[in-house]
Amino acid sequence: MTPVLTADDMSRALTRLAHELVEANGGSDGLVLLGIPTRGVPLAHRLAAAIGGFSAPAPAVGSLDITMYRDDLDRVPTRVPAPTDIPVPVTDRVVVLVDDVLFSGRTVRAALDALRDIGRPSAVRLAVLVDRGHRQLPIRPDHVGRNLPTSLAQRVRVRLVETDGVDGVDITGADPATGPHPVRVGA
Amino acid sequence: MRHLLSTADLDARSAIALLDTATEMAATSGREQRKLPALRGKAVVNVFYEDSTRTRVSFEAAAKRLSADVITFSAKGSSVSKGESLKDTALTLEAIGADAVVVRHPSAGAAYRLASCGWIDAAVINAGDGQHEHPTQALIDAFTIRRHLAPGAPDLQGVRVAIVGDVLHSRVARSNVWLLSTLGAAVTLVAPPTLLPIGIDDWPCEVSFDLDPILGSLDAVMMLRVQAERMAGAFFPSPREYSRRYGLDAVRLRSLPEGALVMHPGPMNRGLEISAEAADGARSVIVEQVSNGVAVRMAVLFHLLTGRGTAPEGHHP
Repeated sequence: MTPVLTADDMSRALTRLAHELVEANGGSDGLVLLGIPTRGVPLAHRLAAAIGGFSAPAPAVGSLDITMYRDDLDRVPTRVPAPTDIPVPVTDRVVVLVDDVLFSGRTVRAALDALRDIGRPSAVRLAVLVDRGHRQLPIRPDHVGRNLPTSLAQRVRVRLVETDGVDGVDITGADPATGPHPVRVGA
Repeated sequence: MRHLLSTADLDARSAIALLDTATEMAATSGREQRKLPALRGKAVVNVFYEDSTRTRVSFEAAAKRLSADVITFSAKGSSVSKGESLKDTALTLEAIGADAVVVRHPSAGAAYRLASCGWIDAAVINAGDGQHEHPTQALIDAFTIRRHLAPGAPDLQGVRVAIVGDVLHSRVARSNVWLLSTLGAAVTLVAPPTLLPIGIDDWPCEVSFDLDPILGSLDAVMMLRVQAERMAGAFFPSPREYSRRYGLDAVRLRSLPEGALVMHPGPMNRGLEISAEAADGARSVIVEQVSNGVAVRMAVLFHLLTGRGTAPEGHHP
């Protein structure tokens, strides 16, 4: 288990993301932050609170569960959907989807499908704490807390105080950069 | 979960997963776009050998809200009325490519037969098999009780429920006894001795022949329909006497604690097992039981038709 973000790193990254969101939007008006359960939700709340701290009022914040829109329902055990809480109508507002890790992009694609059934935002942006690469769809984040090149054999573990009691991001599994490497004969 | 045949097959974890899913399904009914794409391309076939409007329509609505295709066979006007056997109907369903079969049949065990026979590959949902079970009704009742009496809790720990009436012939009573006790509720069955089944001492519930002494300590009372056929069958001396001793009239309604729920699976015999005051009063959740039906059946269809028959997980990490 290798730590890649400490609690302080995470806090600084989130502060930067909050400022980036407001900068990209030209202010905090009309922003709606929707966290993707599970850990995207507390992150969205932290971002909203941070924005409220320097560009009051804090934007509306809620959650968008994507269980019913997944593209792998036939392959994975059935999950119980988490609550979806849309605090204000999203039509003609700028929605920022918030998640902890961006990986294949399928979760975000499902979130876009879910959002479509809820309203017609004027724009949708994506803010993630960690981008670990390996996209399987043409989806890209607008705001990233940390870019984390990983191998598929590795697992990224995000922990948040709200869900896990502590803040931090770790990686487990073999790191392609440091080995084990095949032995080079004759070098 | 491969089939839903009996609530006795549901452990607490699975039952809670279904109720939690139903909560989220109910939440989507307030949206402008109420359809969810989760069961797109799946075929749900309703096979109703007994008349039913409420249950059948509820299952149709649930399947359509999940974007499934729905086909309904009802006994009248189908080859069943020409004497086609359950097996041949099943083979027809398999040939159509049904992913789920919702079956209501006058014989106990019909749903089990379809599920275990090897004639069909579909998920089987028991929508009422004779007097045996009606699992989705019990889930609706548990969901309704939880919503009102234990909204933050996962289960029904400590909730006191009485089921009153013709328990002997009631599939709703059976399914409710297993499910409510699995969820931690304290269940009491109240009926004249003639309307209680043999072997009831082994059931996970209390039994009482008298309704009045327990009314003051209940959180929910569920009235069962007195079936017309029974009234001439010597199960009780007269409908009037039944109604006097076991009916939920205005006086008994007042003896219930504040906040206790009045429930009935429907259809009601107003004035017999339940008075108009009870059925239409502030504590009655009878109409809500019906509207919760669609959300609960959506949850059942979702859990049976996705995940390839594996056990449901809880909330995702």
